Amino acid sequence: MSLVLNFWLRVTALFSGFGEQFRAMNKWQRYSAYGLGVVALYLLPYWPDVPVLGQIVNTPGSQFETVLNDQVVIFVLIALGLNVVVGIAGLLDLGYVGFYAVGAYVTAILTSAHGNLPWLLALPIAVVISMLFGLILGTPTLRLRGDYLAIVTLGFGEIIRLTAKNMDWLGASRGISNIKKPPSMFGLKFGVLDAKPYFYLGLTMVFIVIFILHRLEYSRVGRAWVAIREDEDAAELMGVNTFKFKLWAFTIGAGIGGLAGVHYAGKVGFINPDNFPLQLSILFLAAVVLGGSGNMYGAILGGILVAYMPERLRNFSDKRILVFGIVLVLMMVFRPEGILPKRVGNEHKKRRARSQEGEVAS
Amino acid sequence: MSEVLLDFNNVTMQFGGVTALNEVSLQIKQGEILGLIGPNGAGKTTCFNVMTGVYAPTLGTVSFEGKNLAKLKRFEITKVGIARTFQNIRLFSEMTALENVMVGADARKKASVGGAILRTSRQRHEEKESRERSMELLQFMGISDRAETAARNLPYGYQRRLEIARALATEPKLLCLDEPAAGFNPAEKEELNELILKIREQGYTVLLIEHDMNVVMKVSDRVAVLDFGQKIADGLPADVRNNPAVIAAYLGVEDNAS
Amino acid sequence: MPDWLIIRTFWELTVTGLALGSIYALVALGYTLVYGVLRLINFAHSEIFMVGTFGALLASSQFLSIPLLEDGNYPYRTGMTLIIFLVFIMLIAMLFSGIGAVVLERVAYRPLRGNGDAFGAIVLAFLTAFIVSLVFVDQAKINVIIALLATAPISYAYMRFFKQGRKAPRLAFLISAIGASTAISEAVGVWSKHGRDQYQTPRLLEKKTLFTMFGTDVRIDYAIVIVGALLMMTALTLFVNKTRLGRGVRAVAQDAETSRILGVNVDLIIIVTFALGGVMAGGAAMLFTLVYDQTRFNIGFILGVKSFTAAVLGGIGNLKGALLGGLLLGLVENYGSAIFGGQWKDVIAFVVLLVVLMFRPTGLLGESLGKARV
Repeated sequence: MSLVLNFWLRVTALFSGFGEQFRAMNKWQRYSAYGLGVVALYLLPYWPDVPVLGQIVNTPGSQFETVLNDQVVIFVLIALGLNVVVGIAGLLDLGYVGFYAVGAYVTAILTSAHGNLPWLLALPIAVVISMLFGLILGTPTLRLRGDYLAIVTLGFGEIIRLTAKNMDWLGASRGISNIKKPPSMFGLKFGVLDAKPYFYLGLTMVFIVIFILHRLEYSRVGRAWVAIREDEDAAELMGVNTFKFKLWAFTIGAGIGGLAGVHYAGKVGFINPDNFPLQLSILFLAAVVLGGSGNMYGAILGGILVAYMPERLRNFSDKRILVFGIVLVLMMVFRPEGILPKRVGNEHKKRRARSQEGEVAS
Repeated sequence: MSEVLLDFNNVTMQFGGVTALNEVSLQIKQGEILGLIGPNGAGKTTCFNVMTGVYAPTLGTVSFEGKNLAKLKRFEITKVGIARTFQNIRLFSEMTALENVMVGADARKKASVGGAILRTSRQRHEEKESRERSMELLQFMGISDRAETAARNLPYGYQRRLEIARALATEPKLLCLDEPAAGFNPAEKEELNELILKIREQGYTVLLIEHDMNVVMKVSDRVAVLDFGQKIADGLPADVRNNPAVIAAYLGVEDNAS
Repeated sequence: MPDWLIIRTFWELTVTGLALGSIYALVALGYTLVYGVLRLINFAHSEIFMVGTFGALLASSQFLSIPLLEDGNYPYRTGMTLIIFLVFIMLIAMLFSGIGAVVLERVAYRPLRGNGDAFGAIVLAFLTAFIVSLVFVDQAKINVIIALLATAPISYAYMRFFKQGRKAPRLAFLISAIGASTAISEAVGVWSKHGRDQYQTPRLLEKKTLFTMFGTDVRIDYAIVIVGALLMMTALTLFVNKTRLGRGVRAVAQDAETSRILGVNVDLIIIVTFALGGVMAGGAAMLFTLVYDQTRFNIGFILGVKSFTAAVLGGIGNLKGALLGGLLLGLVENYGSAIFGGQWKDVIAFVVLLVVLMFRPTGLLGESLGKARV
C-alpha cells in the first residue's frame, strides 16, 4: 500500500496515543506536565546548545532565536487569530495580512512617524484600531455569501498595502523607521541584537491569546461560531444572532492579527509596505489549513511548520510559497481536515459526563 | 377554547409566478396539537418557513401572541417563542449532541464575548444552566447515552430526536415539527407519538406537519389540510378524515373532473 | 483647464477604458462560466490568464521571431500578414490558457468532487514527489528525475484513495484554488527565464491612430482589442446558446444532479466549461500583451481580482453581465484614476467591488447562467 498514507496514519496515531496517555493522568500530573512544557518553551532559545537536540533544531544561516521570534511567534499568533475566523467560524478571510499591517502601522505612527507614545501604550491602541478595521470591513461584508467574502477581504488586504504605499503620511514606499521598542521589564532589555527578550514577550502573548481563545471556544460564543460554520441558516433559526457572532469572530481575529503586527513592528523597528505582501495572507492561510483548521493546537502546529521549516531546510527558501501552494492543493485533496483535525466536544467534559452517567447508572 | 397563539391571517406567498400559499388563514391555539397535512407540494413547508421568518409573506400577516412577525429577524422569532425542526435533518454535525442542544439553550442566554473571557459569575451560572437543561432534554428525548457523540455519528433516529431536543432547548411556546416521523418504522412512529403527547403535557403548543396520516390523526387535537396552497379543511381529526374535499385531494381527484 | 480639453480627455479615457474593460470582460467570462456551473470562485483563473500572456510571448518571440520594439531591420507588419500573425498568436495563447484551465480542473478540483481520475493522480503524485525531493536537494533537474521515478507508486496509492470517492467540503475547493493559483504563478516566477522580472513582449504593429472620433484619436491596438473581444464574446454566446455542448453547459448550470440523471455527461461539461473560460482568458491575454507590451509572473493577480469584480458587478453566472461589468469597471477605473491619480487605480476597483456587493449582492443583471437567454 501507499507509504504516504501509512505514514500519515502513523503520525496521527502517535498524536492521539499521546493524547490518551495525557488524559489518563490525574490533575496534578497533568498540571506539572503543563508546567514542564511551558518552561521548556521559554527555554527554547537555548535548545541549540543542548548536544543532540541542538543539531536537530538549529537553523543554518540564521540565528535560532531570531527565527523563533520573527517567524515562529508571529506565525503562531497569526494562525491562532486566523483560526478563529476561518477554522472556527468558517469565514474565509484572505486579507488577514491587512490587519497585521494595520497593527504594525498604527504602532509605527504612534511611536515614530506622528507621535511619541511609548510602545506599551501603542499596543492596546493598535489592537483596538485593528479590531475597528475588522468591524468596519465586516459590517458590510459579513452579510454576503461566503465566497464573496474571500474576494472582498483579499481586496481589503491590497487596499491597506496600496494605501500605505501611496500616502506620504504613512511613509509611502520608504516606510517608517525608528519605531519604539518595548520598555525594559522584568530585567529584560529590548535591544537590537538580542532576540531572546522579544521571544519571551511574544511567547507570553501567545499564552495570553490561547487562554482567551480557550475561554471563548468553550462558551456560548464558541458554540455559536461552530454552529454558524456548520449550518448558518439552522443556527439562525435556533436563535443565534449569526451576524453579531460573525462580526465578533472577525473582530477578534483582526485584533490578534493587529497584536502580531505590533510585536513585529516593535522588534524590527522599521516597516514598509513590502513587509505586507498578499503572499503572506496565503502563507497564513496555509498555516491554519495545514495544521488543522478549527483546532487551536492544529493552527499552532501549522504556524510553527510554515514559519520554521523553510528556515530549517534552507534549501528552497525562494520556493517556499510555491511549495506551500502545492501543499495546499494536496492537503485539500487528501486531508482537508489538516494534520490535527478538529476535535468534537471537550475531552475533559467528556470524561466528566461519563462519570456522571456512571453515577446515574449506579 | 383558549387564546390564539399564532395567527395566520390571509397569507399569500408567491415565488416569481408560482403561488405557494393562497390566502391561507390558520390559527393555532395555546396548548393544542395542530396537525398540518396535505399532499406533496401543497405548501406545508412554505407555511413553516413563513412562520419562522425564512420567507416574508407576499401578502397578509403572521402574528404571534398579537405581535406581527414580519419585522422580526429570524433569530428574534426564535426568541419570541417559535422553534422548529427540519424535514431534512440539519444538525451541527461537527458538534456533540449535547453541544447541539446547548446552542438552542443559548438562545435565552445573555453572556457574550466579555463574559466568556472574564468568566463572570453570570456567565458561569448561565453555562451551568445551559448544560443541565440540555442534559435534561436529552434524557427527556431518551438520547442522553450519546450526549458526547458528534451529531454526524449518531444513528438516524437519534438525529431526529436531537433535532426536537435542540428546538425545545430554545424554550419555545410553539414547537413546529416538520415531518418528524420521516423514515421511521411503525414502532418508532408509535414512540414518537407518545413523545409528542408528552411534549404537549409539558405545556408546549405543537404544530405538526406530517405525511403519515396515522401519526397526525392519532396525536392531533385539530387538523388543517392544505392543497395547492389553499386551506381546504380545518377541524377535528374525525371530521377531516371524512371531508370529501380532503379525500379528493389525497386520492388525486380533481374538483372539476366530472 | 478649458472645456474642450476636459471633453477631449473624457473621450480619450472612454476609449482606453473600453479597451481595458473588454479585457476584464473576457477574463470575467471565465469566472462567470465556472461559477455558474460549479458555484465555485475559480481563484486560479487569474493564473490561467497569466499563462496565456506567456503563451503569446512565446508565440511572438520564439515561433514568429519578432524582435522587441524599435528594430529598424524588422518593419511592423501590416495588412493580411498582420491579421494572420495576430490570429496565430491568439490561437497559441488560447491553447496555453485552455490547456492550463483543463489541467487545473482535473488536478485541483475534480479530485475534490470525489471522482478524481488517473490524470489527476499522476500529476498530484509528481507534485508530491517533487516537493518532497526539494527538501533534500534543490536542483530542478534532479528534482524532476526523482519525482518522475516516484510518480508511478505514489499515483497508484492516490488512485486507490480516489476510489473511496470522498467529497470535500465547499471551503476546500476555494482553498485548493488558492493553492493552485499560488503554485502556478510562483512556478513561473521561479523557473521562467527572467524569473520574477518583467518581460517585454514584442510589438508587431505600429500603434498609430486608426481614426478620430469625438476629437479623440483611436489607436489601432485599442480598436483591435475592442473588436476582438466583441467577436470572441459573440462566438461564446453562440456556442452556449446554439450547440449541444452549450446546451449541456446551461443545463448543468441550472441543475447538475437532474442533468446527470437525464444523461448529461457532467464531467465532460465541466471540462468544456473550464476550456471555454480558459480560451477566453487566452484571448484576453493576447489582447493584453498587444496593448501593454509586457507580462510578469504575478500579472494575473490584480487583473484577476478586477475581472472577478467585473463578473460580480454584472451579476456572476450571467454572460451578458460579464460584458457589462467589464466595460463598466474599465470606464470607472479610468475616470477614477483621472480624478484621484493613477496610483489609486487598484484601490478604486476594490472600493467599487465593496460598494456593489453592499448594495446589489447579485450584481446589476442578476445571477443566472442556467437562465441566460443571452
